[in-house]
Amino acid sequence: MDYFLKLFLSGTAKGSIYALIALGYTMVYGIVQLINFAHGEVYMLGGFTALIVGGYLFMLGMPVWAVLVLSILASIVFSAAFGFTIERLAYRPLRNKPRLSALISAIGISMILQNFVMLAQTEKYLSFPSYLPELTFLLPVREYINSTQFIILVTTSVIMVFLTALIKFTRIGKAMRATAQDKGMAQLVGVNINQVISVTFIIGSALAAVGGVLICSYMGQINYYIGFVAGIKAFVAAVLGGIGSIPGAVLGSFILGWTESLGTGYISSDYEDAFAFIILILILILKPDGILGKNQKQKV
Amino acid sequence: MTTKKIGSELVSALVTTLWFVVLLFPFLVMKVNVTSGKAIVIFRWSALPMLAVTTFVLSFAWSRALEWNDHRGDKTPVRTPLTAVREFIHRALAQKSIRRTALAALMTVVVAYPFVLGMYHTNIMITALIYVILALGLNIVVGLGGLLNLGYAAFFAVGAYTYGLLWRYAGPAFVAAGINTGWLFWIALPTAGILATLFGILLSLPVLRLRGDYLAIITLAFGEIVRMVLQNSGDVTGGATGISLIPRPWFFNLRLPPSQAATYIYYIVLVLVIMTIFVVRRIEDSRVGRALEAMREDEIACEAMGIDLVRNKLSTFALGAFWAGIAGVILAAQTTYINPDSFTLWESIMVLMAIVIGGTGSIPGAIGGAMLLKLLPEYFRPLAQYRMLIYGIAMIIIIIFKPDGLFPRNRKKYTFVEKSPSDAGSGAVQ
Repeated sequence: MDYFLKLFLSGTAKGSIYALIALGYTMVYGIVQLINFAHGEVYMLGGFTALIVGGYLFMLGMPVWAVLVLSILASIVFSAAFGFTIERLAYRPLRNKPRLSALISAIGISMILQNFVMLAQTEKYLSFPSYLPELTFLLPVREYINSTQFIILVTTSVIMVFLTALIKFTRIGKAMRATAQDKGMAQLVGVNINQVISVTFIIGSALAAVGGVLICSYMGQINYYIGFVAGIKAFVAAVLGGIGSIPGAVLGSFILGWTESLGTGYISSDYEDAFAFIILILILILKPDGILGKNQKQKV
Repeated sequence: MTTKKIGSELVSALVTTLWFVVLLFPFLVMKVNVTSGKAIVIFRWSALPMLAVTTFVLSFAWSRALEWNDHRGDKTPVRTPLTAVREFIHRALAQKSIRRTALAALMTVVVAYPFVLGMYHTNIMITALIYVILALGLNIVVGLGGLLNLGYAAFFAVGAYTYGLLWRYAGPAFVAAGINTGWLFWIALPTAGILATLFGILLSLPVLRLRGDYLAIITLAFGEIVRMVLQNSGDVTGGATGISLIPRPWFFNLRLPPSQAATYIYYIVLVLVIMTIFVVRRIEDSRVGRALEAMREDEIACEAMGIDLVRNKLSTFALGAFWAGIAGVILAAQTTYINPDSFTLWESIMVLMAIVIGGTGSIPGAIGGAMLLKLLPEYFRPLAQYRMLIYGIAMIIIIIFKPDGLFPRNRKKYTFVEKSPSDAGSGAVQ
């Protein structure tokens, strides 16, 4: 039972990071029906920005808490800017083209960003200094949950509450829901679609940046390639929950986190990545619209 | 174009430049390194002016190109020397005698290739031709069927591992019985084709209900699972170290030195390429091929016309997988060594890229795209580290500005010839 609890908690922490990335996927998919392959790359860029900016600020002799806050802020701002730029450059010119075109363009962007970071920075794994504080009140339960995991859980929960509120109650949230339902109709009632799509990409990328900083602190290392695998897994989580649905993405992420953590704990750690794909295949065979997805009838 | 417009565009290019300079600053100017847990950041100020100038030029060119792209359908196409050349070639090739001569000349060049250029270039060409087979096979799935398959490398792996495992388990028996191990290649070739086809059918069963993006992602998952299984079942497949010393194909009991073996494999792969082209061409114009195209255009309308979508999808995946299996055997025979790293997702994406760059659904496109993608990096070694970056950029530019690819498909056109009123009602379709 002890072992199970440990695995369960580490799965929860993992799942909440996946959730941060999966939310970006699901929001973008809900609005423009595009698998944003480059989303994982944005998350990697977020981690790198934090490492670079944080490293510089630390060299200047700033206190740790200031480095932490400023580097997370920088990573959010830069990732959001990257998300915005990617959409403008690679997706907007293809908006009225077949969906396959945008997907291929997304794969292209993913390749460009990965190789750009590899060439401009390094191809080695860099260790990621943890600026996250050690929480003393967690010491009695340290065996089950460490402070990084705790911070990840709290941050993700707070962000999710904010995001739900944003989409439910604000003007831009309403515009987003309208655009997701019917672009043409939304335009007719005065929604600026381009703006809504840009905002979606910005929010999604900012979330990915937070995920990037958190997971790099958790794993303790960073590399130009980390975005790709994490991106695919987050996408799996989004599909699992029903792509386009926000609670679905969160639920799917947790299920994925638990499966991976329990699977590696009880079955074999060689197949850690395979578990994600196997449940993806099972879900798509049994319930192609995902757990919380709406069943959409195809119309001519 | 008025000067005012140019002015405003220059201003917007400046704004874009500023945006990109700020955006890329931490990555291009700053460089991070971590030693003993402490991050050390150095500044490379020399990159800054280069970055600014490049972005300025590119952003100006990009906005002009996008505008040109939006309006190029508006005017009648301008006749450039290039279109004249193209028309001339088309007209010349329309004549049977010229077409035959051209084909004969091409065949001569292709056949003489290994003797003229030697082993190094022959080996490169073999790799390129393997990619041609792969691209032609994937072209059936993606180009004709419109089903995006991101796990194509899995079938390639099935082919290569069929030969590898056959060698590993049946090889000793062959040696003991005194039979030339080169025979194994000829056993592996059809077996791999059949096995890969079976895998294709196996994969298509769960995906029959899915469409579009879901299909892409499930094929991706399938491809990755196959690779992980190969990697982790070390007792059977050799795991990450793979299988080595795979024999080259048999040739009339002769022991060929490596250079001649390469020539021999070159001819085998050449024959297979020609076979593939022939088969794919026949498929394209057959009942199956047209059903596939109908499915690509609109699944629901296609079903309403009485086409069995399930059978269609099954045959698409099976046909595509068959060629990947064949290509896999040749890869194993050429390199004499295989391991799971040769069959990653990027391999699938490379083949997909070949099709997209060449022209989706076009046979010359698949051939040209695969050749470009495999031959260019071999002859531009200094740029090797920028290869993937350049491919990514090329892919986006082509998909935006030339979605039909570099060698677009010439679709069969049917023209309605209106007869004179005297024999009205008997219009002919040509």
